[in-house]
Amino acid sequence: MAKNILAAALVFLLLAAAAYASFFIAPSDAKQGLIYRILFLHVSSAWTGLTAFLIGFVGNLLYVWKRQPRWDWLGVSAVEVGLAFTTVVLVTGPIWAHPVWGIWWTWDARLTSTFVMWLLYVSYLLLRTLVEEPDRRALFSALFGIFAFLDVPLVFGSIRWWRTQHPQPIVMGGADSGMDPVMFRVLMFSWLAMLALMTLLLRQRYRLEAMRSELETMRHELEAA
Amino acid sequence: MSLLSNTFVLLGKELRTEFRSRELLTTTIVFILIVIVLFSFTFDPTSDESRRFAPGLLWLAFLFASSLMLQPCFLREQHNDTLSALRLSVTDPFAIFLAKLAANTLFLLLTELLLLPIFATMYNVPVLSVLHWLALVFFLASLGISIAGTALSAISAQARMRELLLPLLMLPLLTPILVASTEVTKALFDRAPYVQWKGIGFLAVFDVVFLTALCLFGEYLLEE
Repeated sequence: MAKNILAAALVFLLLAAAAYASFFIAPSDAKQGLIYRILFLHVSSAWTGLTAFLIGFVGNLLYVWKRQPRWDWLGVSAVEVGLAFTTVVLVTGPIWAHPVWGIWWTWDARLTSTFVMWLLYVSYLLLRTLVEEPDRRALFSALFGIFAFLDVPLVFGSIRWWRTQHPQPIVMGGADSGMDPVMFRVLMFSWLAMLALMTLLLRQRYRLEAMRSELETMRHELEAA
Repeated sequence: MSLLSNTFVLLGKELRTEFRSRELLTTTIVFILIVIVLFSFTFDPTSDESRRFAPGLLWLAFLFASSLMLQPCFLREQHNDTLSALRLSVTDPFAIFLAKLAANTLFLLLTELLLLPIFATMYNVPVLSVLHWLALVFFLASLGISIAGTALSAISAQARMRELLLPLLMLPLLTPILVASTEVTKALFDRAPYVQWKGIGFLAVFDVVFLTALCLFGEYLLEE
Protein backbone atom coordinates (compact mmCIF):
# COMPACT_ATOMS: atom_id res chain seq x y z
CA MET A 1 0.00 0.00 0.00
CA ALA A 2 2.73 2.42 1.04
CA LYS A 3 4.64 1.46 -2.08
CA ASN A 4 1.62 2.32 -4.22
CA ILE A 5 1.23 5.72 -2.64
CA LEU A 6 4.92 6.39 -3.10
CA ALA A 7 4.78 5.39 -6.78
CA ALA A 8 1.68 7.55 -7.35
CA ALA A 9 3.37 10.49 -5.63
CA LEU A 10 6.43 10.07 -7.80
CA VAL A 11 4.37 9.97 -10.98
CA PHE A 12 2.43 13.04 -9.82
CA LEU A 13 5.70 14.91 -9.26
CA LEU A 14 6.98 13.92 -12.70
CA LEU A 15 3.74 15.08 -14.34
CA ALA A 16 3.85 18.35 -12.42
CA ALA A 17 7.45 18.90 -13.52
CA ALA A 18 6.52 18.12 -17.12
CA ALA A 19 3.62 20.57 -16.95
CA TYR A 20 5.92 23.22 -15.48
CA ALA A 21 8.51 22.59 -18.20
CA SER A 22 5.94 22.79 -20.98
CA PHE A 23 4.52 26.06 -19.69
CA PHE A 24 7.62 27.87 -18.46
CA ILE A 25 10.80 26.30 -19.81
CA ALA A 26 9.92 25.58 -23.45
CA PRO A 27 10.15 28.77 -25.52
CA SER A 28 7.07 30.14 -27.28
CA ASP A 29 6.56 29.06 -30.88
CA ALA A 30 7.42 31.68 -33.51
CA LYS A 31 4.13 31.22 -35.40
CA GLN A 32 1.72 29.69 -32.94
CA GLY A 33 2.65 31.50 -29.75
CA LEU A 34 1.25 29.91 -26.63
CA ILE A 35 -1.25 27.47 -28.06
CA TYR A 36 1.41 25.11 -29.37
CA ARG A 37 2.21 24.12 -25.77
CA ILE A 38 -0.63 21.60 -25.96
CA LEU A 39 1.87 19.62 -28.07
CA PHE A 40 3.58 18.40 -24.93
CA LEU A 41 0.36 16.75 -23.79
CA HIS A 42 -0.92 15.76 -27.23
CA VAL A 43 2.18 14.19 -28.75
CA SER A 44 3.40 12.54 -25.56
CA SER A 45 -0.05 11.00 -25.04
CA ALA A 46 -0.04 9.73 -28.63
CA TRP A 47 3.35 8.05 -28.23
CA THR A 48 2.36 6.64 -24.84
CA GLY A 49 -0.88 5.27 -26.28
CA LEU A 50 1.05 3.55 -29.06
CA THR A 51 3.51 2.14 -26.50
CA ALA A 52 0.58 0.73 -24.52
CA PHE A 53 -0.90 -0.88 -27.64
CA LEU A 54 2.49 -2.40 -28.40
CA ILE A 55 2.59 -3.87 -24.88
CA GLY A 56 -0.94 -5.15 -25.44
CA PHE A 57 0.14 -6.79 -28.68
CA VAL A 58 3.02 -8.54 -26.92
CA GLY A 59 0.57 -9.66 -24.20
CA ASN A 60 -1.81 -11.01 -26.86
CA LEU A 61 0.95 -12.92 -28.64
CA LEU A 62 2.24 -14.38 -25.40
CA TYR A 63 -1.26 -15.44 -24.38
CA VAL A 64 -1.82 -17.31 -27.64
CA TRP A 65 1.55 -18.97 -27.20
CA LYS A 66 1.67 -19.71 -23.45
CA ARG A 67 -2.02 -19.70 -22.47
CA GLN A 68 -1.33 -18.22 -19.07
CA PRO A 69 -4.08 -15.90 -17.79
CA ARG A 70 -1.56 -13.25 -16.79
CA TRP A 71 -0.83 -12.46 -20.45
CA ASP A 72 -4.52 -11.95 -21.02
CA TRP A 73 -4.61 -9.59 -18.04
CA LEU A 74 -1.67 -7.70 -19.48
CA GLY A 75 -3.35 -7.54 -22.89
CA VAL A 76 -6.63 -6.10 -21.70
CA SER A 77 -4.97 -3.71 -19.22
CA ALA A 78 -2.63 -2.32 -21.87
CA VAL A 79 -5.44 -1.87 -24.38
CA GLU A 80 -7.61 -0.04 -21.86
CA VAL A 81 -4.79 2.24 -20.79
CA GLY A 82 -3.80 2.79 -24.43
CA LEU A 83 -7.38 3.73 -25.24
CA ALA A 84 -7.41 6.27 -22.42
CA PHE A 85 -4.29 7.95 -23.81
CA THR A 86 -5.60 7.80 -27.37
CA THR A 87 -8.81 9.45 -26.19
CA VAL A 88 -6.69 12.28 -24.77
CA VAL A 89 -5.06 12.59 -28.21
CA LEU A 90 -8.42 12.70 -29.99
CA VAL A 91 -9.73 15.36 -27.59
CA THR A 92 -6.64 17.58 -27.48
CA GLY A 93 -6.20 17.34 -31.28
CA PRO A 94 -9.29 19.38 -32.19
CA ILE A 95 -8.62 21.82 -29.32
CA TRP A 96 -5.24 22.52 -30.90
CA ALA A 97 -6.44 22.36 -34.51
CA HIS A 98 -9.19 24.94 -34.14
CA PRO A 99 -7.07 28.02 -33.41
CA VAL A 100 -4.16 26.88 -35.62
CA TRP A 101 -5.81 25.36 -38.70
CA GLY A 102 -9.15 27.14 -38.31
CA ILE A 103 -11.06 23.86 -38.24
CA TRP A 104 -11.79 21.33 -35.52
CA TRP A 105 -11.10 18.27 -37.57
CA THR A 106 -9.46 17.44 -40.85
CA TRP A 107 -9.42 14.01 -42.50
CA ASP A 108 -5.67 13.85 -42.39
CA ALA A 109 -3.70 10.60 -42.17
CA ARG A 110 -2.67 10.80 -38.55
CA LEU A 111 -6.02 12.01 -37.24
CA THR A 112 -8.06 9.55 -39.24
CA SER A 113 -5.86 6.55 -38.58
CA THR A 114 -5.75 7.39 -34.87
CA PHE A 115 -9.54 7.46 -34.91
CA VAL A 116 -9.78 4.13 -36.78
CA MET A 117 -7.25 2.63 -34.34
CA TRP A 118 -9.36 3.89 -31.44
CA LEU A 119 -12.43 2.24 -32.99
CA LEU A 120 -10.56 -1.04 -33.48
CA TYR A 121 -9.58 -1.20 -29.83
CA VAL A 122 -13.06 -0.19 -28.68
CA SER A 123 -14.28 -3.19 -30.70
CA TYR A 124 -11.69 -5.30 -28.88
CA LEU A 125 -13.17 -4.28 -25.51
CA LEU A 126 -16.71 -4.83 -26.83
CA LEU A 127 -15.76 -8.30 -27.97
CA ARG A 128 -14.55 -9.10 -24.47
CA THR A 129 -17.88 -8.14 -22.95
CA LEU A 130 -19.73 -10.41 -25.39
CA VAL A 131 -17.86 -13.68 -24.82
CA GLU A 132 -18.84 -15.29 -21.52
CA GLU A 133 -16.44 -18.16 -21.10
CA PRO A 134 -13.12 -16.81 -19.67
CA ASP A 135 -10.66 -18.96 -21.65
CA ARG A 136 -12.47 -18.41 -24.90
CA ARG A 137 -12.77 -14.67 -24.19
CA ALA A 138 -9.04 -14.45 -23.54
CA LEU A 139 -8.11 -16.39 -26.67
CA PHE A 140 -10.48 -14.64 -29.06
CA SER A 141 -9.69 -11.17 -27.83
CA ALA A 142 -5.97 -11.95 -28.03
CA LEU A 143 -6.38 -13.05 -31.64
CA PHE A 144 -8.48 -10.01 -32.52
CA GLY A 145 -5.89 -7.83 -30.77
CA ILE A 146 -3.18 -9.33 -32.98
CA PHE A 147 -5.23 -8.70 -36.15
CA ALA A 148 -6.00 -5.15 -35.03
CA PHE A 149 -2.36 -4.36 -34.32
CA LEU A 150 -1.31 -5.71 -37.73
CA ASP A 151 -4.03 -3.59 -39.31
CA VAL A 152 -2.87 -0.29 -37.80
CA PRO A 153 0.13 0.29 -40.14
CA LEU A 154 -2.05 -0.69 -43.13
CA VAL A 155 -4.75 1.78 -42.08
CA PHE A 156 -2.14 4.49 -41.68
CA GLY A 157 -0.49 3.67 -45.01
CA SER A 158 -3.73 3.62 -46.98
CA ILE A 159 -4.97 6.90 -45.55
CA ARG A 160 -1.61 8.60 -45.93
CA TRP A 161 -1.27 7.63 -49.56
CA TRP A 162 -4.75 8.44 -50.71
CA ARG A 163 -6.86 10.37 -48.29
CA THR A 164 -4.67 13.14 -46.93
CA GLN A 165 -5.63 16.54 -48.20
CA HIS A 166 -2.59 18.32 -46.79
CA PRO A 167 0.81 16.96 -47.73
CA GLN A 168 1.82 17.06 -44.07
CA PRO A 169 0.21 18.63 -41.02
CA ILE A 170 1.62 22.14 -40.67
CA VAL A 171 2.44 21.47 -37.06
CA MET A 172 5.84 19.99 -36.38
CA GLY A 173 6.16 16.31 -37.11
CA GLY A 174 8.97 15.56 -34.66
CA ALA A 175 12.67 16.26 -34.53
CA ASP A 176 13.19 16.23 -38.29
CA SER A 177 10.95 19.23 -38.86
CA GLY A 178 13.46 21.40 -37.04
CA MET A 179 12.13 21.62 -33.52
CA ASP A 180 13.92 23.88 -31.05
CA PRO A 181 16.29 21.71 -28.93
CA VAL A 182 14.76 22.92 -25.66
CA MET A 183 11.28 22.14 -26.97
CA PHE A 184 12.48 18.70 -28.01
CA ARG A 185 13.92 17.99 -24.58
CA VAL A 186 10.72 19.13 -22.89
CA LEU A 187 8.74 16.88 -25.23
CA MET A 188 10.93 13.91 -24.36
CA PHE A 189 10.55 14.68 -20.67
CA SER A 190 6.75 14.92 -21.06
CA TRP A 191 6.79 11.56 -22.78
CA LEU A 192 8.79 10.10 -19.93
CA ALA A 193 6.27 11.47 -17.42
CA MET A 194 3.41 10.02 -19.46
CA LEU A 195 5.16 6.65 -19.66
CA ALA A 196 5.48 6.69 -15.89
CA LEU A 197 1.76 7.43 -15.62
CA MET A 198 1.05 4.62 -18.07
CA THR A 199 3.12 2.17 -16.03
CA LEU A 200 1.28 3.16 -12.87
CA LEU A 201 -2.14 2.78 -14.49
CA LEU A 202 -1.14 -0.45 -16.18
CA ARG A 203 0.01 -1.95 -12.90
CA GLN A 204 -3.20 -1.03 -11.14
CA ARG A 205 -5.38 -2.21 -13.98
CA TYR A 206 -3.47 -5.48 -14.18
CA ARG A 207 -4.01 -6.12 -10.48
CA LEU A 208 -7.69 -5.35 -10.84
CA GLU A 209 -7.97 -7.81 -13.71
CA ALA A 210 -6.14 -10.47 -11.69
CA MET A 211 -8.52 -9.98 -8.77
CA ARG A 212 -11.52 -10.01 -11.08
CA SER A 213 -10.35 -13.27 -12.58
CA GLU A 214 -9.81 -14.78 -9.13
CA LEU A 215 -13.29 -13.73 -8.12
CA GLU A 216 -14.73 -15.30 -11.23
CA THR A 217 -12.98 -18.59 -10.50
CA MET A 218 -14.23 -18.57 -6.92
CA ARG A 219 -17.77 -17.88 -8.07
CA HIS A 220 -17.60 -20.79 -10.51
CA GLU A 221 -16.31 -23.08 -7.77
CA LEU A 222 -19.12 -21.97 -5.45
CA GLU A 223 -21.72 -22.58 -8.12
CA ALA A 224 -20.26 -26.01 -8.83
CA ALA A 225 -20.22 -26.98 -5.15
CA MET B 1 -0.82 -32.17 -50.62
CA SER B 2 -3.45 -33.25 -48.12
CA LEU B 3 -4.06 -29.57 -47.34
CA LEU B 4 -5.04 -28.90 -50.94
CA SER B 5 -7.14 -32.01 -51.40
CA ASN B 6 -8.89 -31.39 -48.05
CA THR B 7 -9.53 -27.82 -49.09
CA PHE B 8 -11.08 -28.86 -52.39
CA VAL B 9 -13.39 -31.37 -50.74
CA LEU B 10 -14.51 -28.78 -48.19
CA LEU B 11 -14.89 -26.12 -50.86
CA GLY B 12 -17.18 -28.49 -52.74
CA LYS B 13 -19.24 -28.90 -49.58
CA GLU B 14 -19.48 -25.12 -49.07
CA LEU B 15 -20.55 -24.53 -52.65
CA ARG B 16 -23.10 -27.36 -52.60
CA THR B 17 -24.63 -26.07 -49.37
CA GLU B 18 -25.03 -22.60 -50.81
CA PHE B 19 -26.21 -23.54 -54.29
CA ARG B 20 -28.89 -25.81 -52.87
CA SER B 21 -30.61 -22.91 -51.17
CA ARG B 22 -28.96 -19.87 -52.79
CA GLU B 23 -30.07 -17.98 -49.67
CA LEU B 24 -26.88 -16.05 -49.15
CA LEU B 25 -26.48 -14.94 -52.75
CA THR B 26 -30.07 -13.80 -53.25
CA THR B 27 -30.29 -11.85 -50.00
CA THR B 28 -26.92 -10.18 -50.59
CA ILE B 29 -27.80 -9.19 -54.15
CA VAL B 30 -31.14 -7.72 -53.09
CA PHE B 31 -29.43 -5.88 -50.23
CA ILE B 32 -26.86 -4.31 -52.55
CA LEU B 33 -29.58 -3.34 -55.03
CA ILE B 34 -31.44 -1.56 -52.25
CA VAL B 35 -28.27 0.26 -51.19
CA ILE B 36 -27.51 1.28 -54.81
CA VAL B 37 -31.00 2.72 -55.27
CA LEU B 38 -31.03 4.48 -51.91
CA PHE B 39 -27.62 6.02 -52.53
CA SER B 40 -28.83 7.61 -55.76
CA PHE B 41 -31.03 9.93 -53.65
CA THR B 42 -28.07 11.28 -51.71
CA PHE B 43 -26.45 12.99 -54.71
CA ASP B 44 -27.33 13.88 -58.30
CA PRO B 45 -26.11 10.87 -60.29
CA THR B 46 -24.99 12.71 -63.40
CA SER B 47 -21.97 11.36 -65.23
CA ASP B 48 -19.41 13.63 -63.57
CA GLU B 49 -20.81 13.27 -60.09
CA SER B 50 -20.99 9.51 -60.56
CA ARG B 51 -17.35 9.30 -61.48
CA ARG B 52 -16.54 11.00 -58.20
CA PHE B 53 -18.90 9.17 -55.87
CA ALA B 54 -19.68 5.85 -57.53
CA PRO B 55 -16.46 3.99 -56.64
CA GLY B 56 -16.82 4.74 -52.94
CA LEU B 57 -20.48 3.89 -53.02
CA LEU B 58 -19.82 0.63 -54.82
CA TRP B 59 -17.22 -0.52 -52.32
CA LEU B 60 -19.18 0.64 -49.31
CA ALA B 61 -22.16 -1.36 -50.58
CA PHE B 62 -19.98 -4.44 -51.07
CA LEU B 63 -18.39 -4.03 -47.68
CA PHE B 64 -21.72 -3.75 -45.87
CA ALA B 65 -23.11 -6.64 -47.87
CA SER B 66 -20.11 -8.80 -47.07
CA SER B 67 -20.56 -8.19 -43.35
CA LEU B 68 -23.99 -9.78 -43.80
CA MET B 69 -22.81 -12.46 -46.16
CA LEU B 70 -19.94 -13.73 -44.01
CA GLN B 71 -22.15 -14.02 -40.96
CA PRO B 72 -23.44 -17.58 -41.50
CA CYS B 73 -20.14 -19.09 -42.57
CA PHE B 74 -19.29 -20.40 -39.09
CA LEU B 75 -22.68 -19.88 -37.54
CA ARG B 76 -24.15 -22.55 -39.78
CA GLU B 77 -21.59 -25.06 -38.53
CA GLN B 78 -22.40 -24.15 -34.97
CA HIS B 79 -26.16 -24.44 -35.40
CA ASN B 80 -25.79 -27.86 -36.95
CA ASP B 81 -23.08 -28.88 -34.48
CA THR B 82 -20.76 -29.80 -37.31
CA LEU B 83 -17.64 -27.85 -36.37
CA SER B 84 -16.07 -30.70 -34.37
CA ALA B 85 -16.80 -33.16 -37.15
CA LEU B 86 -15.24 -30.78 -39.62
CA ARG B 87 -12.15 -30.42 -37.49
CA LEU B 88 -11.79 -34.16 -37.13
CA SER B 89 -12.12 -34.70 -40.85
CA VAL B 90 -9.08 -32.67 -41.89
CA THR B 91 -5.39 -33.13 -41.22
CA ASP B 92 -4.70 -29.39 -41.12
CA PRO B 93 -7.39 -27.08 -39.71
CA PHE B 94 -6.15 -24.36 -42.05
CA ALA B 95 -7.97 -26.28 -44.82
CA ILE B 96 -11.29 -25.34 -43.18
CA PHE B 97 -10.37 -21.68 -43.42
CA LEU B 98 -9.00 -21.99 -46.92
CA ALA B 99 -12.19 -23.65 -48.13
CA LYS B 100 -14.44 -21.16 -46.40
CA LEU B 101 -12.53 -18.13 -47.58
CA ALA B 102 -12.34 -19.49 -51.13
CA ALA B 103 -16.11 -20.05 -51.08
CA ASN B 104 -16.72 -16.57 -49.67
CA THR B 105 -14.45 -15.00 -52.28
CA LEU B 106 -16.36 -16.84 -55.00
CA PHE B 107 -19.72 -15.72 -53.60
CA LEU B 108 -18.55 -12.11 -53.38
CA LEU B 109 -17.15 -12.21 -56.91
CA LEU B 110 -20.36 -13.70 -58.23
CA THR B 111 -22.39 -10.96 -56.54
CA GLU B 112 -20.07 -8.31 -57.95
CA LEU B 113 -20.27 -9.82 -61.42
CA LEU B 114 -24.07 -9.76 -61.37
CA LEU B 115 -24.30 -6.27 -59.95
CA LEU B 116 -21.62 -4.48 -61.94
CA PRO B 117 -23.67 -4.16 -65.19
CA ILE B 118 -26.70 -2.90 -63.26
CA PHE B 119 -24.54 -0.45 -61.35
CA ALA B 120 -22.75 0.76 -64.48
CA THR B 121 -26.05 1.35 -66.25
CA MET B 122 -27.71 3.17 -63.39
CA TYR B 123 -24.76 5.41 -62.59
CA ASN B 124 -23.52 5.98 -66.15
CA VAL B 125 -20.00 4.74 -65.60
CA PRO B 126 -18.18 3.07 -68.50
CA VAL B 127 -16.82 -0.30 -67.39
CA LEU B 128 -16.38 -2.32 -70.58
CA SER B 129 -13.01 -0.91 -71.59
CA VAL B 130 -11.47 -1.48 -68.15
CA LEU B 131 -13.23 -4.72 -67.32
CA HIS B 132 -10.09 -6.82 -66.97
CA TRP B 133 -8.53 -4.35 -64.53
CA LEU B 134 -11.77 -4.12 -62.58
CA ALA B 135 -11.76 -7.92 -62.37
CA LEU B 136 -8.29 -7.80 -60.82
CA VAL B 137 -9.33 -5.20 -58.23
CA PHE B 138 -12.52 -7.11 -57.44
CA PHE B 139 -10.54 -10.30 -56.98
CA LEU B 140 -7.87 -8.81 -54.69
CA ALA B 141 -10.37 -6.83 -52.61
CA SER B 142 -12.86 -9.69 -52.31
CA LEU B 143 -10.06 -11.99 -51.26
CA GLY B 144 -8.97 -9.53 -48.58
CA ILE B 145 -12.52 -9.07 -47.32
CA SER B 146 -13.00 -12.84 -47.22
CA ILE B 147 -9.73 -13.57 -45.41
CA ALA B 148 -10.34 -11.08 -42.63
CA GLY B 149 -14.09 -11.68 -42.59
CA THR B 150 -13.84 -15.46 -42.35
CA ALA B 151 -11.42 -15.21 -39.42
CA LEU B 152 -13.64 -12.72 -37.63
CA SER B 153 -16.81 -14.67 -38.27
CA ALA B 154 -15.18 -17.62 -36.49
CA ILE B 155 -14.73 -15.27 -33.52
CA SER B 156 -18.13 -13.62 -33.62
CA ALA B 157 -19.97 -16.95 -34.03
CA GLN B 158 -19.02 -17.77 -30.44
CA ALA B 159 -20.13 -14.50 -28.90
CA ARG B 160 -23.41 -13.02 -27.80
CA MET B 161 -25.11 -10.51 -30.15
CA ARG B 162 -23.05 -12.04 -32.94
CA GLU B 163 -25.08 -10.45 -35.73
CA LEU B 164 -24.11 -7.02 -34.47
CA LEU B 165 -20.59 -7.93 -33.46
CA LEU B 166 -19.27 -9.08 -36.84
CA PRO B 167 -19.70 -5.70 -38.62
CA LEU B 168 -18.19 -3.97 -35.58
CA LEU B 169 -15.07 -6.11 -35.74
CA MET B 170 -14.89 -6.29 -39.50
CA LEU B 171 -15.60 -2.82 -40.85
CA PRO B 172 -12.83 -0.88 -39.07
CA LEU B 173 -10.37 -3.67 -39.82
CA LEU B 174 -11.22 -3.44 -43.52
CA THR B 175 -10.65 0.32 -43.76
CA PRO B 176 -7.45 -0.17 -45.83
CA ILE B 177 -9.34 -2.33 -48.36
CA LEU B 178 -12.09 0.26 -48.70
CA VAL B 179 -9.64 3.11 -49.21
CA ALA B 180 -7.37 1.30 -51.66
CA SER B 181 -10.06 -0.35 -53.79
CA THR B 182 -12.07 2.88 -53.97
CA GLU B 183 -9.03 4.77 -55.23
CA VAL B 184 -8.09 2.15 -57.80
CA THR B 185 -11.69 2.00 -59.05
CA LYS B 186 -11.86 5.78 -59.19
CA ALA B 187 -8.77 5.83 -61.42
CA LEU B 188 -10.40 3.24 -63.68
CA PHE B 189 -13.65 5.24 -63.92
CA ASP B 190 -11.72 8.39 -64.84
CA ARG B 191 -12.35 10.16 -68.17
CA ALA B 192 -8.84 9.02 -69.10
CA PRO B 193 -8.71 5.68 -67.25
CA TYR B 194 -5.41 4.54 -65.80
CA VAL B 195 -4.21 1.68 -63.62
CA GLN B 196 -3.11 2.63 -60.15
CA TRP B 197 -0.45 0.03 -59.46
CA LYS B 198 0.22 1.38 -56.01
CA GLY B 199 -3.33 0.50 -54.98
CA ILE B 200 -3.24 -2.92 -56.58
CA GLY B 201 0.06 -3.65 -54.81
CA PHE B 202 -1.41 -2.40 -51.56
CA LEU B 203 -4.41 -4.74 -51.85
CA ALA B 204 -2.03 -7.63 -52.54
CA VAL B 205 0.03 -6.74 -49.45
CA PHE B 206 -3.11 -6.64 -47.30
CA ASP B 207 -4.11 -10.08 -48.58
CA VAL B 208 -0.68 -11.54 -47.91
CA VAL B 209 -0.43 -10.07 -44.39
CA PHE B 210 -3.81 -11.37 -43.30
CA LEU B 211 -3.46 -14.72 -45.04
CA THR B 212 -0.18 -15.24 -43.21
CA ALA B 213 -1.79 -14.24 -39.90
CA LEU B 214 -4.67 -16.62 -40.57
CA CYS B 215 -2.25 -19.39 -41.46
CA LEU B 216 -0.34 -18.84 -38.20
CA PHE B 217 -3.27 -18.32 -35.85
CA GLY B 218 -6.25 -19.85 -37.65
CA GLU B 219 -6.17 -23.16 -35.82
CA TYR B 220 -6.64 -21.40 -32.46
CA LEU B 221 -9.86 -19.89 -33.75
CA LEU B 222 -11.32 -23.38 -34.06
CA GLU B 223 -10.44 -24.51 -30.54
CA GLU B 224 -13.19 -25.66 -28.26
